[in-house]
Amino acid sequence: MFRSILVVVSLSAALMLSAMDVSAEYGDVVINNYSDEAAVSPVVFPHWFHRIRYTCKTCHTDLNIKLSAGSNKIKMSDIIDGQYCGACHDGETAWGIENCELCHSAKQGSKTSVQRSELHQMLKMESHPVVAKKKR
Amino acid sequence: MKSSTNLFWMLTALVLSGGVCHTVIAAETSAKDEANQFNRIMKKDALRDKSLQGDGIHDPANKSLNLLQTPSDAFASLPNAKGGNGVNWVKAMEDGKIKPRPDLHDATAQPFVMDLNIVREVKGSMPNVVFPHKQHTELLDCTSCHPDIFIPQKGANKLSMSASLMGQQCGICHGKVAYPMSRCSFCHSGKKQLAGAKKP
Repeated sequence: MFRSILVVVSLSAALMLSAMDVSAEYGDVVINNYSDEAAVSPVVFPHWFHRIRYTCKTCHTDLNIKLSAGSNKIKMSDIIDGQYCGACHDGETAWGIENCELCHSAKQGSKTSVQRSELHQMLKMESHPVVAKKKR
Repeated sequence: MKSSTNLFWMLTALVLSGGVCHTVIAAETSAKDEANQFNRIMKKDALRDKSLQGDGIHDPANKSLNLLQTPSDAFASLPNAKGGNGVNWVKAMEDGKIKPRPDLHDATAQPFVMDLNIVREVKGSMPNVVFPHKQHTELLDCTSCHPDIFIPQKGANKLSMSASLMGQQCGICHGKVAYPMSRCSFCHSGKKQLAGAKKP
């Protein structure tokens, strides 16, 4: 009996979670390549913030950052070496690496993703009540 | 045996209560006067919580969030557009509202701009796609797209809308960080000579 209550509670929690709408900004990129195993919060990279200040070329050509989210296996040691984020996040152009929480600001366990991308929205339609009802 | 029966009824109750919830929500919506109140695609932007604490991805317990710029602050002075960030980025650049730098170190560097429109003929009655190199080269380098994503040769690329929607080709940027593909007419902006129509 207790077991079944537990199952129902966890099921309803899962349902509620799936129904919860993420309202992050279009182009917020969550990066969780190594954060989980290092037990730190994943990174939220606000793409929209950076494009106001720099063109695509500066990071995606000059700093060799690949276009696909999560495909750049960036480690903190690279950043300290002045590569990738470290080219600006050096304490002079932008805040330095000692401000861990400013970048590592996502909820623990968040998956690598581009928030509110159209693909994201399409896949989320699976949990849309109307779509779900038709499938039942 | 008994516990499994219990489980069955509890699950049924759960599903039913979910159904009831949906019906209640639907009733509330239809009670409103506006006929087109229901948004079929996504929440209206105005209804979204734009604080970083409540955006669903940031950790609300993070004390440093207040130091970060919020999207609404950043976009306040920029020209509006529907979809995506709600910002017309091209117009923002043309108007000089934003001046993104093409070089990390040289503040006076200018982008290498190529002004060449590529017209892609599209099947059916959809207007042709006009691809402007100008707006793209103001931001990107040639190597960003050529030759890995698009072969720089006429007729060499087979483009498809479904590939783009699945995050390939144009969809590598559009629909993720550049304006979304739901703005059909931004790309499909050429004139169409319809079959059967006589040329003037």
